[in-house]
Amino acid sequence: MSGIIPAPVARQPWMMLFPLFGLIGFGALVLTSAAAGNFDRYAESHLIRFAIFFVMAVVISRFNKPTVSLLTYPAYIAILLLLMAVEIVGQVGGGSQRWLEVGPIRIQPSELMKPAAVMALAHYYGGLPIGMVPTWRALIPAGMIILLPIAFVLLQPDLGTSLAIGFGGFVVMFLAGLPLRWFLVAGAAAVAMAPVAFFVGLQPYQQKRVLTFLDPENDPLGDGYQITQSKIAIGSGGLFGKGFNEGSQSHLNYLPEPHTDFVFATMAEEWGFAGGIFVIVCFGTILFWGLKVAKEANDRFSKLLAAGMTATIFFFIAINLLMVMGFAPVVGIPLPFISHGGSSMMTNMICIGVLMMIHRWNRKAPRTGLIVS
Amino acid sequence: MGLFGRKKYGKKPRDLVSKTTLDNAFDRRTFVIGAGMGGIGTILAGRMGYIAIAENERWVLESESNRVNLSLIPPRRGWLLDRNGAPLASNRADFRVDVIPDRMSDSERTLGELGSILGLSDNNLADVGKKIDEARGFQPVEVATGLDYEQFAAISVRLPDLPGVVPQRGFSRFYPTGPSVGHLIGYVGPASAEDYEENPDPILITPGYKIGKDALEKEFEKELQGEPGARRVEVTASGRIVRDLETREDKQGAPVRLTIDGPLQDYAARRIGLESGSCVVMDVENGDILCMSSMPSFDPNSFSAGIGRVEYSMLRDDERVPLRNKVLKGLYPPGSTVKPMHCMAFLDAGVKPEEAIICGGGRRIGNRFFNCWSNHGRVDMAKAIYQSCDSYFYHFAQQVGFDQVAKWAHKMGLGEEFDLPVTSQFYGTVPDPAWKQKKYDQAWQPYDTVNASIGQGYYLVNPLQLAVMSARLATGYEVVPHLRMDDPRKQFEHFDFSSDEINYVRKAMSDVVNGPGTAGRARLPIDNIQMAGKTGTAQVVSLSVSNGKTGPWKYRDHGLFVFFAPFDKPKYAGAVVIEHGGGSGSAYPIARDVMTFLFDPEKGMEALRPLEEQWGGTAQQRLDQKYRAYAAAAGEVVEPVPQRTEQIFDQVDAEARLAQMRSEERAQTSTPSRNEGSRPPVSSDEVPSGGTE
Repeated sequence: MSGIIPAPVARQPWMMLFPLFGLIGFGALVLTSAAAGNFDRYAESHLIRFAIFFVMAVVISRFNKPTVSLLTYPAYIAILLLLMAVEIVGQVGGGSQRWLEVGPIRIQPSELMKPAAVMALAHYYGGLPIGMVPTWRALIPAGMIILLPIAFVLLQPDLGTSLAIGFGGFVVMFLAGLPLRWFLVAGAAAVAMAPVAFFVGLQPYQQKRVLTFLDPENDPLGDGYQITQSKIAIGSGGLFGKGFNEGSQSHLNYLPEPHTDFVFATMAEEWGFAGGIFVIVCFGTILFWGLKVAKEANDRFSKLLAAGMTATIFFFIAINLLMVMGFAPVVGIPLPFISHGGSSMMTNMICIGVLMMIHRWNRKAPRTGLIVS
Repeated sequence: MGLFGRKKYGKKPRDLVSKTTLDNAFDRRTFVIGAGMGGIGTILAGRMGYIAIAENERWVLESESNRVNLSLIPPRRGWLLDRNGAPLASNRADFRVDVIPDRMSDSERTLGELGSILGLSDNNLADVGKKIDEARGFQPVEVATGLDYEQFAAISVRLPDLPGVVPQRGFSRFYPTGPSVGHLIGYVGPASAEDYEENPDPILITPGYKIGKDALEKEFEKELQGEPGARRVEVTASGRIVRDLETREDKQGAPVRLTIDGPLQDYAARRIGLESGSCVVMDVENGDILCMSSMPSFDPNSFSAGIGRVEYSMLRDDERVPLRNKVLKGLYPPGSTVKPMHCMAFLDAGVKPEEAIICGGGRRIGNRFFNCWSNHGRVDMAKAIYQSCDSYFYHFAQQVGFDQVAKWAHKMGLGEEFDLPVTSQFYGTVPDPAWKQKKYDQAWQPYDTVNASIGQGYYLVNPLQLAVMSARLATGYEVVPHLRMDDPRKQFEHFDFSSDEINYVRKAMSDVVNGPGTAGRARLPIDNIQMAGKTGTAQVVSLSVSNGKTGPWKYRDHGLFVFFAPFDKPKYAGAVVIEHGGGSGSAYPIARDVMTFLFDPEKGMEALRPLEEQWGGTAQQRLDQKYRAYAAAAGEVVEPVPQRTEQIFDQVDAEARLAQMRSEERAQTSTPSRNEGSRPPVSSDEVPSGGTE
């Protein structure tokens, strides 16, 4: 590789960039079809957003470790304040809302909180003396870092995002080396609490979604409708799909949200199993690269940060795909890099940017067992 | 991870954590996370492969059934034609509006809007509202038919605001002569829930598809219904049609040609006028039924369009039972109309026409004296017919035995059921000793013979049987009635009578009209065509209740008349029965005018026009007026229409049964007759006796 390709090109993380561009381009194609063959409606803004956020990701990747360390807590606290502001504005304005409007820009703090919480947690564990890892001091402050934003997001109420934050936090804590039995106890407690949470914690519409997920055929024209239509779209695609712009499920409006939550079904109907495998392999490669970056990182903060970012992206992908295939209840989580929507694109590109940043750090200071940060 | 865990548990002091152990733990746990991700990715890929490849067929099918909507096009119904090919029932292209209850979001508001666009009355809307409440799911409910183009267009442009409303082009059944053919042809209507359960063919619940509900429409259903067309369209989830994929034209049902003479049918129906009655005319040469009018009737057009509550209530409450076909299901004591036929029975038993008796205002039979309606002096067979002398029949019926007479009554068609494509016929009763024994477990008495000999007592016939009797009398052949033009005709069997005997009775019956008989006013106003006939008057209640001529309508006598013409070379025969007409005088003028119309339509119409002016219009016009008056008087307080056809007739049957019980009680006693065409003890209005169907 080294001979032909110039060094500045060769050092870019192509293992991630190729599948990423592939997904974005494929996404634009699918979105064109979701808009009944209309490129302007979704696909154009999809590409423009990607361009903007890719620049943002490159900018993020230029940050230095000390700067990041310095900014992590202030950024986390700022976003936490924004989350509270959303709650207050929502209370004052009457009715729940998830975003703040500043001029033409609409900020959704809960989206920003996903990477921010992971970052803060990684920073906390990065700075925690190693000997204290198996003690309560490793758990309580970290727990606060995670539970505070989850509480505010749940108030909105936004179950999907709070689960995403929780998942990111869990992965970071798991990888930070906390004693395994804590997780076992927590897992057991979660199982025990699940019925209580279901009946007390969930809104009636959310309870219904869960029930529908457990038995979608029960109500094929009501709540099960979305899952059933999604399965029809995926199943009728077959091996190679019905062809570009030929999907009847999406074009005749049987498929709900064909450009956001159910974009995978839109894709699968027209591109079939082959398209699905392409998407899954692309995602797998990106995630594999993310974990590789984490493994190659040379300090605890970078390691945990990279792994947490990878986990956050994974959570989006996994929940969305499980949902469209009828393995998870309908929660409004879009598919990264393919679904139309700015917030999700921003969150995922922040994660990508942070991973690129750590990738750059790794290259600059190759890991040696002797150097300890 | 397991390794790591064991290590941790193995060491008592948990604080022995170093950078190396943490790094190792990180690597192991990252591997676990990575493996978990890979596992979920594999599961997803496997799941997708399962849905998309293994279950592909099922989902493709579901996707197609989402995308493609097969809508059936109701076939155009075959026409019912009269003998000359003129339509008695045809189809009229029209615009229609249906609603699909399940697709309506706010049915009251939608209906209200439809009502204001179409100008529907509150009455109509209440009817539709009730049907919507009772409808099942996606079964469409008809709101209005026969819209004009402006209304159709007005609804079509408002469709986005009117979910569940389906405007359609289609055909509706049209009966040009309306009430004149109501009972004969029946009507059509949407299939009921029971029909659909019996035969779950989707065409049955397609909006605009109607099936025959009564009479000929029902009998010829298979031939008339045709084959539905189909339209495959691509639809969106909200039901909007994107494009047509494929269309198969419907195949119109085959026409059915009847022996009915349309204009004659209409004329007879209108000529009955304000009376309640029926008129049958047959061609004696081949048995073709030219008309079977029954009035008052309903308008099959409004039944087929889905009759409203008010209109139905009006028909049901009418004491003249406009819902019953009186030709087939009206049963009446034949009265004196059976006398010529009884004479044939006497002839067959060896009685000579010249044999005479003395009518002294009555005659002693056994140990009782039975009155005649007049004192006729010396009476032979001819005079017994044209003067309708009861005593003659008391005497000879007793002499030959009523068994012999009843045998001939059956041969002449009374008490018989005919092989006709009708939904039901009441065949009445020809009494004889065996029948009485079986039915009442009582022996036949001389007074039973007396009553039966003049067509009273247990005797019950329907007007069609009277017409057939008349045709058989006139020709001496066993004329069989036909209603379908292309039915095969058999050669009729000849009765064992000499032409002298037949001519003798013909002449006597001619004298009823053209000679010194009881129906002088029945003479046809046409040169060289003479009609023969026989009057009859059937008592309804005992003389102690009413004199039969005046008083409450329900208690007046039935008027009957059987006839054929020309008398010397019969071509047509028929019968007229007027319920509670107050005597035969109500019947034979109608027969006269109907026959006049048959031979000379000009003269027939001349007779009808002044009458209709006096009555207030044609039958259709009068029915419409009556409906308006009734609706105005009834306002909102009317009962709903029964949803099933059978219910309409159940009620009539129930009344009929009650009447039958009353008449049977009366038959046990005997009273003399009192006037022309003796009307002894029994009476009954239309009673299904001896069975129905």
